[in-house]
Amino acid sequence: MRRARATALLLVTTLLVGTIVLLSATGHDGGQAIDALLSGSIGSWYALGSGTLVRATPLMLTGLAVAIAFRAGVFNIGAEGQFVVGAAAGTAVALALSGAPRAITVPIVLLSGAIAGATWASVAGYLRLRFHVLEVISTIMLNFVALYLVSYLVRGPLQESTHVYPQTSSISAAAQLPRLGPTTRLHLGFVIAVVACFATWWVLRNTAGGFRLRAVGANPFAARSAGQIDTARVTMRAFLVSGAFAGLAGAIEVSGVTFALYENISPGYGYTAIAVALLARLDPAGVIATGILFGALESGAAAMQRDAGVPSVVVAIVEAGIILTLVAIERVRLTPEATTA
Amino acid sequence: MSDATTAFLEATVRTATPLGLAALGEVVVERTGIINISLEGIILAGAFGALLGATHGGATEGFFVAMLLGVTAAMVFAVFAAWLRADQIISGTAVTLLVIGATGTLYRALYGATGAALSVATAGPVAIPGLADIPVFGPALFNQPAPTYIAYLLVPGVWWWMYRTHAGLALRAIGESPEAAEAAGIRSDRFRVGALAFGGLLGGLAGGTLVISQAGTFAEGMSAGRGFIAIAIVVLGRWHPLGVALASLVFGAASALQFLLQALGLELPYQVFLVLPYLLTLAALAGVAGRVRAPASLGRVG
Repeated sequence: MRRARATALLLVTTLLVGTIVLLSATGHDGGQAIDALLSGSIGSWYALGSGTLVRATPLMLTGLAVAIAFRAGVFNIGAEGQFVVGAAAGTAVALALSGAPRAITVPIVLLSGAIAGATWASVAGYLRLRFHVLEVISTIMLNFVALYLVSYLVRGPLQESTHVYPQTSSISAAAQLPRLGPTTRLHLGFVIAVVACFATWWVLRNTAGGFRLRAVGANPFAARSAGQIDTARVTMRAFLVSGAFAGLAGAIEVSGVTFALYENISPGYGYTAIAVALLARLDPAGVIATGILFGALESGAAAMQRDAGVPSVVVAIVEAGIILTLVAIERVRLTPEATTA
Repeated sequence: MSDATTAFLEATVRTATPLGLAALGEVVVERTGIINISLEGIILAGAFGALLGATHGGATEGFFVAMLLGVTAAMVFAVFAAWLRADQIISGTAVTLLVIGATGTLYRALYGATGAALSVATAGPVAIPGLADIPVFGPALFNQPAPTYIAYLLVPGVWWWMYRTHAGLALRAIGESPEAAEAAGIRSDRFRVGALAFGGLLGGLAGGTLVISQAGTFAEGMSAGRGFIAIAIVVLGRWHPLGVALASLVFGAASALQFLLQALGLELPYQVFLVLPYLLTLAALAGVAGRVRAPASLGRVG
């Protein structure tokens, strides 16, 4: 087992080193790339606030969605789809609510995103509880359905008024989240994400519902027989809460950053979220830190692509490397109590 | 109508081929108790391998490199899932993510920052003399690219190996009860790694088929969920090679339905057709799951 672990770690290291060697061999300047990575993420107050923290917001919320699902033994890898339907619902509601004041509009937009995400996740929850369908498969299938749904919406009923571009019209100012300062792109969504993470941390730790969720995740059979817990109910709630956070992330992205819906609105937040959650050891409060870390990585990678021509998709290799390293050294499992103990 | 039917059947078999190949490999893998979520990444690695091989050599080299990269990706997964006995779903997801990153980075690094579509050497359909002339079914079944014929041969081949050889019996025993198999002297780790290599070979070939026999080009993320659909096909086909072949054809038909419906003059948004295979996967899993029995140790290795 020790040899296996050493091999696994060697493999991950080789992959990461190989990536660097490859990029320099294909004519990319390593120093310039690192410079761009740093200056685009933490190099200035502007990069930190308007780059890193803006990117961190959807990652914290989708990371929270994944963490809470995994804690309950629900393998929701559908945060991507739930994010996208949340963004779609938020946009649709924002476009319909033109004229209402901001204090009413923004909460309704965010709420509709959360409801849409929860509804999307509930399909996978229902399929698992009623038909024993693995949520790993069903949530991924629902991701593709969500992407094609948006593709249809932005070319059909929600397309902008000139019918030229595959995107919606911009939402009104009343539907936009307020910014946190005059010179920053950072918006109130960041605060919402941080509060959501802390609130979830507290609920999981201090309430009966939180205890039931952890118990079902740790051992559903014991939870049912010894703990008299209705495991099906707890599982369904985990799907709903997880989907709601991912959907909320989508609505916040529209209301705080993009102001419109288009096809590639998520650059894979729902998948990065898995790395965010695992690196945080599935701790909702820890997700704040890992969300910001990955926000910095993605923001820096975007600068790297712009300034040094290094493809930003290289981040996926780093994320995979982190997950595999954790799997190798800690035996991270979907029965999370074993990892946090 | 007959033309439309032939086109529909031809498209059914064509789209079923990569799904069937990948699923056939996955049957062998799952019979050892491992669920290979990285199959999606393996197919993508195969597709990229086909691009590499075909641009620097030809179609044959393309298929060869496709299988090579498929096996490589499968072996990365094997280190974690079979050797280290780590969580299969997490490590499988990570390997898929790794392949998405690696192929995306390599594609842009090697073929330009824009990632412009390249056309590669393709291998078109090969008609089998005599059989291809059968009305309606002939062209659909016997005027296909080479990988389809490989699939035809592999279905009975895998069945025979699994059910008529000592090694096949050992493989099935591992999936049902690894402890009993180990007690009987079967080296389950070796079988798992071997099964994953076979699954990687077929997954890579499936990816190669997408590039060389179908699209004629590579696109980032072009596996488009086929690995997950293949895993669903294994459930639908009840972990049996013949069942998997039939289930693949059902999925091929769902994808090919657009040709038939277009011929009938039905006007629907094109996304409706694109989304069909994914909806069918959900419906099919809901329909059969619970009524089929998976290998008892599936997903629980280690």
